[in-house]
Amino acid sequence: MPHRVTNVVFAGLGGQGVIKASDVLADAAFRAGHDVKKAEIHGMSQRGGSVTSDVRFGPSVHSPMIPDGHADFLVVLAPTQVENNVHQLRKEGVLFPPDLVPEESLRNKRSLNVALLGALSTHLSIAEEHWQAAIASALPERLLQVNLEAFEAGRAAERARSPGKARHAHP
Amino acid sequence: METEAKQSKAPVRGLWSGDEAVALAALDGGIALGTGYPGTPSTEILEAFSELGGRAQWAPNEKVALEVGLGAAFAGARVLVTMKHVGVNVAADPLFTAAYTGVDGALVLVSADDPGMASSQNEQDNRRYAVAAGVPMLEPASSQEAYDFTLSAFELSARWKIPVILRMTTRVCHSKSVVVRRAPVAPAPPPHFIRDIRGRVMVPAFARPAHLKLRKKLADIQAWSETAPLNVVHPASPALGIVTSGISFQHVREAAPEASVMKLGVVYPLPIEALRRFAAGVERCVVIEEGDPVIADAMLAAGIPVEGKPEMFRFGELSVARVGRILARDESPEPPAAKAKPPELCDACPYHPVYGALQRMGCIVAGDIGCYTLGVMEPYQAMDTCVAMGASVGVGLGLRHVLPEEQARKVVSVIGDSTFIHSGLNGLVEMVYNPPATGHVLLVLDNGTTAMTGQQEHPGTGRTMSHDATGHVSIEGMARAAGVKNVDVVDPVKDPRGFEELLTRRLASNDLSVIVSRRPCILAAADIRHFEKANAEKAAASASPCAACGSDDAP
Repeated sequence: MPHRVTNVVFAGLGGQGVIKASDVLADAAFRAGHDVKKAEIHGMSQRGGSVTSDVRFGPSVHSPMIPDGHADFLVVLAPTQVENNVHQLRKEGVLFPPDLVPEESLRNKRSLNVALLGALSTHLSIAEEHWQAAIASALPERLLQVNLEAFEAGRAAERARSPGKARHAHP
Repeated sequence: METEAKQSKAPVRGLWSGDEAVALAALDGGIALGTGYPGTPSTEILEAFSELGGRAQWAPNEKVALEVGLGAAFAGARVLVTMKHVGVNVAADPLFTAAYTGVDGALVLVSADDPGMASSQNEQDNRRYAVAAGVPMLEPASSQEAYDFTLSAFELSARWKIPVILRMTTRVCHSKSVVVRRAPVAPAPPPHFIRDIRGRVMVPAFARPAHLKLRKKLADIQAWSETAPLNVVHPASPALGIVTSGISFQHVREAAPEASVMKLGVVYPLPIEALRRFAAGVERCVVIEEGDPVIADAMLAAGIPVEGKPEMFRFGELSVARVGRILARDESPEPPAAKAKPPELCDACPYHPVYGALQRMGCIVAGDIGCYTLGVMEPYQAMDTCVAMGASVGVGLGLRHVLPEEQARKVVSVIGDSTFIHSGLNGLVEMVYNPPATGHVLLVLDNGTTAMTGQQEHPGTGRTMSHDATGHVSIEGMARAAGVKNVDVVDPVKDPRGFEELLTRRLASNDLSVIVSRRPCILAAADIRHFEKANAEKAAASASPCAACGSDDAP
């Protein structure tokens, strides 16, 4: 379905990098030439509360908000935030829970957001160079290497989970 | 060449939030000054403008921001003034009369509304302000339009010499989408004062003709609005026509791709004859608007047969699903919102010992607006009122005036540092002028930053928006100067018991007391230390003899 809009919801708690992760995906999709919209509520929710961010990309995107039950992918950074967000996924949608990437495979636990992006990337046809450029432009240089490693760890974890799907990830 | 240098800081095409897009337009539009007060979802506009190299500054409150902007615009400058929706209440006094005086350069006021109250105390619909004050209002639906309409608003303001409101909403402010920039606008002529007593001194004799002049301008702008390219018709099926504006337009396109749509960019004055023609050309005409039925009421009042939305959709944001329900006339109960974890005070927040003490002492807490409002949440539930910026002081005094003594003695007004300077100062003066019989205790929670909106500087920090050293307004100094008898500064984390004992003593007396509870925000503390160090180094460098010429200009 080349003309459809891809919908990705990120969820977690304030301070976990939910918005950073959605920024990286939005930027990567933009660099890949898509129309992109990204929506979130920030402000009060920064103080440890639930945070979600919607990223939509495709040939043309209207509303920046993903209707309930229309998310193709749901990326969750906090175990407590799976249950209250799973209704956003469509029936065949894919969930990326926080325990998908084993903690010991990350040099820095705070790069879980980028690791889950790595897992997500195996399902999207966004070229590697765009991911790398988006990650590099979103993070300070001193954190770049550890996050690129986390991205790879996420890709490996997702391939281990769904070897069939990963095959056609990068045409 | 300065403009070119600034231009090069950001690419011509990029993925930007609505707030950032307004800042880019301010840069490309040759805006001489940006001023405002932080407030979600407007805060990032001035921050981005400053970062792009624009001249931006935080005012102590929105009224002062608009007045500074007005002065600059009287002198011929192009000015951007930003605030959240409730900030316009604070700025409303100068706004209504600025509509009479008009401006010489250009003045655009951004009102960032918050339907659904993601981070606000009410969901007032500021489209009403455009009607009430008599100023044109534009409403963008995407980041590209936030950019384009900001430039259009400046053109409109300069052409008709009138302040213009750019009305945004949370989803437009904070959503990111693709923006393509234009070539920069030629700069305004250098500011120069030209006397215009009749035009700017609003004594009744001059204000009466000024009001007539305003209504004439609005009639002209209304005629312009009828064919303005900012209002766009997307023709499709004649079976269903939808009138909409702002973010609702995006939901409409997705929920009803088959419908003909008239998308309004100018939401005041409305292009009423164009709306009449559009409605006449479709079988069913529905207005899809967030918040109050402003457009629907105006069309009905003009005798245009149009369908508004059921009352249940006045509340909260619209979405693709809700637009679908409005079109289907579906008023059945909506599914409850997913349970989200509410925000809370950070684990290491210096307010914990304060709220612990207030809870243990059974205080009646007149609260205010900021991070510390979270003291109302579990485990403390130590806040009894929260209404508006600065209201803690007046509300606390009112409670003290009438409550029986044993209850009056428990009343404490709690306010943050930035909020105190924003509008708590007026309450402080009232406290000294009309003291309750039991005295009063005003607790200023000074964490050294405007924390809730993302750590902005304010006059009490002694640093500018870009963190350079500037004049410092002392909170305790203001309290002493106003004539408050007991003024103490304490650190509630270092000495929680001392804090609680002091509060107990002050509540038992019949005096007026201000307690400044000072301890930096845990999220801002490292940055604050860094800014202070950098500023101290700068000061030391400028105080030492100049190596280049050998002169010593130290004081």
